[in-house]
Amino acid sequence: MRRFMPMFRKEFIQMRRDRLTLGIMVGIPVLQLMLFGYAIQTDVRHIPTIVLDESRTPASRDAIAAFQNTGNFRIVAHVNGRDELDAWIARGDAQAGIAIPHDYPRDLARGTTAQIQVIVDASDPLSSQAALAAAAGVAQVRNLAILSAAARRPELPLETRVRPRYNPGLRSPNYIVPGLVGVILTMTMILVTAMAIVRERERGTLEQLIVTPVTKTEMMLGKITPYVGVGLVQMTTVLLLGRFVFDVPLTGNVLLLYGIALVFIVASLALGLFVSTLVQTQQQAMQASFFFVLPNILLSGFMFPRQAMPAVFQWIGALLPLTHFLKVLRGILLKGVGVRELWNEMAILLAFAVVLIALSVRRFRKTLD
Amino acid sequence: MTDVAVETRHLTRRFGSIVAVRDLNLTIAKGEVFGLLGPNGSGKTTTIRMLCGLLAPSEGTAIVAGVDVREAPDRIKELIGYMSQRFGLYEDLTVAENMDFYAGIYGLEGPGKRGRIADVVSFLGLDRRLNQLAGTLSGGWKQRLGLACAMMHQPQVLFLDEPTAGVDPAARRSFWKTIQMLAEQGTTIIVTTHYMDEAERCTRVALLSQGHLIALGHPSEVATQVGEGAKTLEDAFVILQERDE
Repeated sequence: MRRFMPMFRKEFIQMRRDRLTLGIMVGIPVLQLMLFGYAIQTDVRHIPTIVLDESRTPASRDAIAAFQNTGNFRIVAHVNGRDELDAWIARGDAQAGIAIPHDYPRDLARGTTAQIQVIVDASDPLSSQAALAAAAGVAQVRNLAILSAAARRPELPLETRVRPRYNPGLRSPNYIVPGLVGVILTMTMILVTAMAIVRERERGTLEQLIVTPVTKTEMMLGKITPYVGVGLVQMTTVLLLGRFVFDVPLTGNVLLLYGIALVFIVASLALGLFVSTLVQTQQQAMQASFFFVLPNILLSGFMFPRQAMPAVFQWIGALLPLTHFLKVLRGILLKGVGVRELWNEMAILLAFAVVLIALSVRRFRKTLD
Repeated sequence: MTDVAVETRHLTRRFGSIVAVRDLNLTIAKGEVFGLLGPNGSGKTTTIRMLCGLLAPSEGTAIVAGVDVREAPDRIKELIGYMSQRFGLYEDLTVAENMDFYAGIYGLEGPGKRGRIADVVSFLGLDRRLNQLAGTLSGGWKQRLGLACAMMHQPQVLFLDEPTAGVDPAARRSFWKTIQMLAEQGTTIIVTTHYMDEAERCTRVALLSQGHLIALGHPSEVATQVGEGAKTLEDAFVILQERDE
């Protein structure tokens, strides 16, 4: 293995000098963290709302205020007719509409069921669901108040007490940032390795290396090892930014997390090696990497809950190392669990690493012959 | 030790039903500058790949620097140097870093490595370029650096695969002077080329066509072996090329 060091040193110098790769390695984590941490919020608030108040009474203004107070609705305008309300929603200037009919105060006073209509633009299911839930909540709260007053019973007969554990504030950064560690590692490890190897093929230096006494193992290890370090630096960057910018807790044993991450990084690097054997140019390497990365983002449970997916996609998701690494990340960072709870995921990741290395190394050797 | 650097006996290589090299018998002496000539697809590259231990022969034997390519292809790599027309340089490394890398890859270490690099640098006159990125060198300097990297480990046999493609005439001339000096010091040079003036600088040339050895000898005498009224090496080459098409 004495030829490992020259290989490693060379790769390290090249890495330092390559602006594009450096940009990918440092830029991606920071950019993604900002995007996912600030821009992408899964809890929908302040839906632009249009109001049609046909009764114009204190009772109706009261109802509108109740909607506003949930924080889910942001009233953008009042209109005078149903056509106008529909037009606002059709144009997309409003995503929800609240219509209070003429007889609302009368029905309320009489004790018959008073109706408020809420129209929701459901072409975006995520935000419409939030609107639907909030609208139902508004009616429920007012119903309770009216009924308990009528029954002269100030205390409620029944209450469910929900205790949201591990992320009591239900904050999305707590969910997204740990996942982001896994996504970023997957992305850069596959892409950067594939590019680094294909670059040698493109520039004819691979041909030159083959006629030297360097063994294929020395060559591969020397090329890949610097990127293990890169992966660890990326992970640390995201964790630190997550902790100090987004207040994401680091509850469990961080050392254990790094240990498991190392296994995951090696598995991803092997996948990058595999990609490099499929392609000829750096551009193809980039495209192929994205082909591998996309299912990782969609099916691993990073953004969309796997329980909601059809069984087939859950199986596909289970074939991605990231799926299992995400459980480790969230388990350790949010729940503070350890080896006892995570041994299953650890075993799976180890198996992935071994199988992927074996596969990629075999394929890589073949393409050199 | 004998003074034979390369010896092939009935060397043959097939790819499926195609015979790329057929029954090649060559004996190349130490210190020769031996030219392998022939049109594209004549078997030059396959021959070189077999002699470098990259490709196993289908039949026959080849002994390079005393080692049988069949038995110890990896051992051969330590005894030979190889420079392709793309020079195999890392363009984002400096001249010094390229040499340091290849010296390390060939197993040189410590003071031995530094000494050897210093020798090669002064032999090829690379002193003033050491900190320049290889990618910013002109063709001629890249060629010198390529040669420097390929000869770090003092190979007994040096393969040059179209070494002067894309290099200006002055640089080509000085490159050939260097090559001849290396040969005089005992390194065997095996070179493929398309340039006739280069072929004429070889001690001997072999003309290949469709995997066969057509002619072998001093550059001035091989033309007549080809027949069809060929008087110069260039005539011979053109005739072979037309015959192949």
